[in-house]
Amino acid sequence: MSEFFAMGGYAAYVWSAFGITAFTMIVLAVLARRADRRALDRIRRREENRK
Amino acid sequence: MNMNATAGKLLRRDLVLAWRRWGDALNPLMFFVMVALVFPLAVTPEADFMRKLAPGILWVAALLSSLIGLSALFGPDFEDGSLEQQALSPVPLSYTAFVRVVGHWLVTGLPLVLLTPVIAIPLGFTAESLPALLALLAPGTLYFSFLGAIGAALTVSLRSSGLLLPVLILPLATPVLIFGARGAQLALLGDWPAGPLYMLGFMLMLAASLGPLAIAGALRISLD
Amino acid sequence: MWTWFHKLASPPHFYRIGGKLLPWFGVLTLLLMAWGLYGGLVLAPMDYQQKDAFRIIYVHGPSAWMSMFTYMMMAVAAGIGLIWRMKLAHVVAHAVAPIGAVFTFCALVTGSIWGKPMWGTWWVWDARLTSELLLLFLYLGYMALAGAFDDRKQGDRASAILAIVGVVNIPIIHYSVEWWNTLHQGPTVTKFDTPSISWEMLWPLLVMALAFKLYLFTVATWRVRAEILQREQRSAWTRDLK
Repeated sequence: MSEFFAMGGYAAYVWSAFGITAFTMIVLAVLARRADRRALDRIRRREENRK
Repeated sequence: MNMNATAGKLLRRDLVLAWRRWGDALNPLMFFVMVALVFPLAVTPEADFMRKLAPGILWVAALLSSLIGLSALFGPDFEDGSLEQQALSPVPLSYTAFVRVVGHWLVTGLPLVLLTPVIAIPLGFTAESLPALLALLAPGTLYFSFLGAIGAALTVSLRSSGLLLPVLILPLATPVLIFGARGAQLALLGDWPAGPLYMLGFMLMLAASLGPLAIAGALRISLD
Repeated sequence: MWTWFHKLASPPHFYRIGGKLLPWFGVLTLLLMAWGLYGGLVLAPMDYQQKDAFRIIYVHGPSAWMSMFTYMMMAVAAGIGLIWRMKLAHVVAHAVAPIGAVFTFCALVTGSIWGKPMWGTWWVWDARLTSELLLLFLYLGYMALAGAFDDRKQGDRASAILAIVGVVNIPIIHYSVEWWNTLHQGPTVTKFDTPSISWEMLWPLLVMALAFKLYLFTVATWRVRAEILQREQRSAWTRDLK
């Protein structure tokens, strides 16, 4: 198991590469999903106010 | 409507206007000379080192200088409404654009090319390499004018486009930069840069044929 | 078949269909990512020369491929928007641009990280990385131009022209950078691909590529839906949303 994390000595490189990629892609996805939800909420709220 | 007569008039108008404001036309030239000659101060004037850098410095300076004054290409005509007139005339806007770009090059690019010996020699180029350098820079700067005009057309209606134009244009200018600098390097070594010249010719053909279409399209966006 | 295509171009229709597809896109993305990562990090055997460091290819390769695929998609969408005056096409182009930029950024960062243990420096001016760098500039230029206009329609069309000019230039940029690279290559040849890659090493790469593609669809759909609502907020159909 620890061998897996050690990545033959290249742990810092492999995990930072995967880590940075994962981080940026997750942040982008979260922001996109949030934008989708918020857009819908805004429309709904506006409909509420009209009524 | 005689297209060539109209083109001739348009070209003459641009040249006369540039002549009247000849101070503005000097700016890119002064920039060219200064940027190029400031480099040795920043690195080292050592001959061997300079010989390696000289081709690159020459071309980067030419590229940056070509970008200056591009916003003035379509800006004034856009503001005073003459651009709209040009778009409405029976002469195709792309043809008008082509002529304007050539006019811009005659005022900016050509003097730049003619000034090249002034900076090439101090940068370490030999006198024998000068014909090759001029042969490379002529199509190269003309390409930069076409490419830059696309950027100028896209940003013509923006109030403060600032450095947006260079940001848009620089990545697209890299192929010509690569070929041109390589050609200059060959010239420095005493060879005639046939290969790079062919590539520059190809790039110029591409830009001169398709560029005006993009420029006209871009100008129309701002005119709607 | 064309009616389906035309329907898709209508914002309410796209919004609805996108909403239905999202769970599928999302779940598939996660499953494929998990499977690909397991295959690449655990199952694939160690490389003879690069040992475990080669595993970076499982994020570097897909990022690089998707950075180019996304640009193509962006340019095609922009072209459709320009030629057929389809607003939704422009929205799609704007939606995928930041995703493509993120892919390009990851390709650059992972490429740089990979270079350090392999070739000793944090940056190598190899053809692929240099091309990716220029591609990032093209993405940033597109996003900057699209955002610079007050009039949204002008922004759509101007950035569309830029995208098309860019896509014409990309093969030329690739070729010229390749050529430039061969001129300046030192004794060590830098290669980010292994020439004859075994199947056990290859299949996780393909799975990851598919996973990244599905990720693109997922995030793009969210972004397109959000912008549709924003642009169409005055339209009647938005009032009937649940």
